[in-house]
Amino acid sequence: MNTDAILKNEEKVQFQLRALYEQCGYSRFKMSKFEEYDLYVRNKDFLVSDSVITFTDTTGKLMALKPDVTLSIVKNFDGSTNGVQRVYYNENVYRISEQTHTYKEIMQTGLECMGNISGYDLCEVLLLAAQSLQIISKDCVLNVSHLGVVSALLDAPEMADIRKDLFACIGEKNSHGVGELCLQAGVDPSVTKQLQLLTTAYGTPDEVLPQLHFLYEYPAAAKALEELSLVIFALQKVSDVRICVDFSLVNNMKYYNGLVFRGFVNGVPAGVLSGGQYDYLMNRMGKNDQAIGFAVYLDLLERMDKEKEYDADVLLLYDDTISFSQVLAEALALRREGKSVEVQRCVPNKRRYKQQICLPVQKGE
Amino acid sequence: MCRTNGGINSRYACRCRKGNEPVREWLNVALPKGRLGEKVYKMFAAAGFECPEVLENTRKLIFENEQKCIRYFWVKPSDVAIYVERGAADVGVAGKDILLEYQPEIFELLDLKVGKCRMAVAAKKGFRDHADRTLRVATKFPGIATAYYQSQGRDIDIIKLNGSIELAPILHLSDVIVDIVETGTTLLENDLEPIETIVPISARLIANRAGFQFKYEAVQDIVKGLQQQLEETV
Repeated sequence: MNTDAILKNEEKVQFQLRALYEQCGYSRFKMSKFEEYDLYVRNKDFLVSDSVITFTDTTGKLMALKPDVTLSIVKNFDGSTNGVQRVYYNENVYRISEQTHTYKEIMQTGLECMGNISGYDLCEVLLLAAQSLQIISKDCVLNVSHLGVVSALLDAPEMADIRKDLFACIGEKNSHGVGELCLQAGVDPSVTKQLQLLTTAYGTPDEVLPQLHFLYEYPAAAKALEELSLVIFALQKVSDVRICVDFSLVNNMKYYNGLVFRGFVNGVPAGVLSGGQYDYLMNRMGKNDQAIGFAVYLDLLERMDKEKEYDADVLLLYDDTISFSQVLAEALALRREGKSVEVQRCVPNKRRYKQQICLPVQKGE
Repeated sequence: MCRTNGGINSRYACRCRKGNEPVREWLNVALPKGRLGEKVYKMFAAAGFECPEVLENTRKLIFENEQKCIRYFWVKPSDVAIYVERGAADVGVAGKDILLEYQPEIFELLDLKVGKCRMAVAAKKGFRDHADRTLRVATKFPGIATAYYQSQGRDIDIIKLNGSIELAPILHLSDVIVDIVETGTTLLENDLEPIETIVPISARLIANRAGFQFKYEAVQDIVKGLQQQLEETV
């Protein structure tokens, strides 16, 4: 039996990703489905949705079904060990779907790299993100950005009141919205233009980066851009993944800093991979280290599966004139040929078969 | 030519060829049914993405221009964002009111400056707001109304209605309404008046975030074509 034909797309991807991460020294982090609710209350903004399924355990403690994996991994991170800690996970998380407003069980795979992170670590994680995407589909794109660029431009005092709205507009590539907000707040028109350019900037590094020379007016942005360029350059040397620079990637700045990225594959209507550097989250959770990681949303890959044309290769029909042992022998013989065989006394409704065989086989058939 | 390998799904996911140019994927456009949609379609046509069949009075749901690799379909205005967010349409045109209410995960690429109106609070003429009482707000847009009054720290009671919102204050179902006001004539005829503007509304060009990555050139061609018209009308 060809197992490749049985495994669903997301299951195949899951195995391949595990092999990829293990190959790079990542260890599997296995965790319980439950976590103390308190962890999420303290870091609500980090969650995709703030609704968490809770229950009281036998000791009276308020628990939650995990809506997120990263928080639990960071909580368990031991900063006293030497070197960088690399873990990957393959877990279900429980979240409210923004589209259906109901709870969903979502299968997620991802990795976290924590400790004294170097430029090499950033590149390796980005490379792993690129390779993860290519495992899912060759027709993919990895968008990258650096939060230091956007936040440096939004640092001006006149933007303090509109910063949150500006982030939202940048995230939607809403250049006209950026213009309106800046006009209301009395932001210098030349700065507004720069922000609008950043909002709409999209393309390969060769196309986008040369347009951003104005960022050198802002030392923090220039430093961030340099870091971004170095990482992209290193990645391009070792990977043929399509990279696009896109500053509309604005993850929550309370937790994320530095490099952020999102991956798309053709045919899936939302990003299938999302990640970034989250030193601020580490600090908020009392860890004096840096971290970078990403998650792959395996549930989104379900739609990539080709529809099965048949429910089974063979429908084996039998009647009372044949013994059970003969039916069993016929079915086993067909299965040994690699065929999937369903045995029935009559043709079931709403199921499709490539071939139908009636037992006992009549002479001449 | 468009590749069709059987089945409706594969047909709508197929790619088409422009002359000798490389194979280009179809761009699916969701237009809002009604006058606004017709106006917007004319803007698309003037930008070089015509498909004359769209304006014909037929029962067809989908209209294609194979040469331009563009496919239009009419949907209920409030559904456009759903079609785009879920990738059934690559781009679409939706009112800012819908985007604010449902907050879909999409890119908002252009303000098309058509279908202009405003989201406003309206009440019976001479209405006095007593801050010591919970304000009863009838609306089709509970998200927008809640966010607006939350920003003011006002305690409200939302009454979600699906139509004839103007009736609510007249029959004392609510103190005020939050609704779209275009000219204000309907309000006036019912002895109501707008008392506060929440946000100006107009039609926006929106795009699916993933579709944007893989059909960037086609989307940009549309953005540029529409932008040019907007600049010409200023």
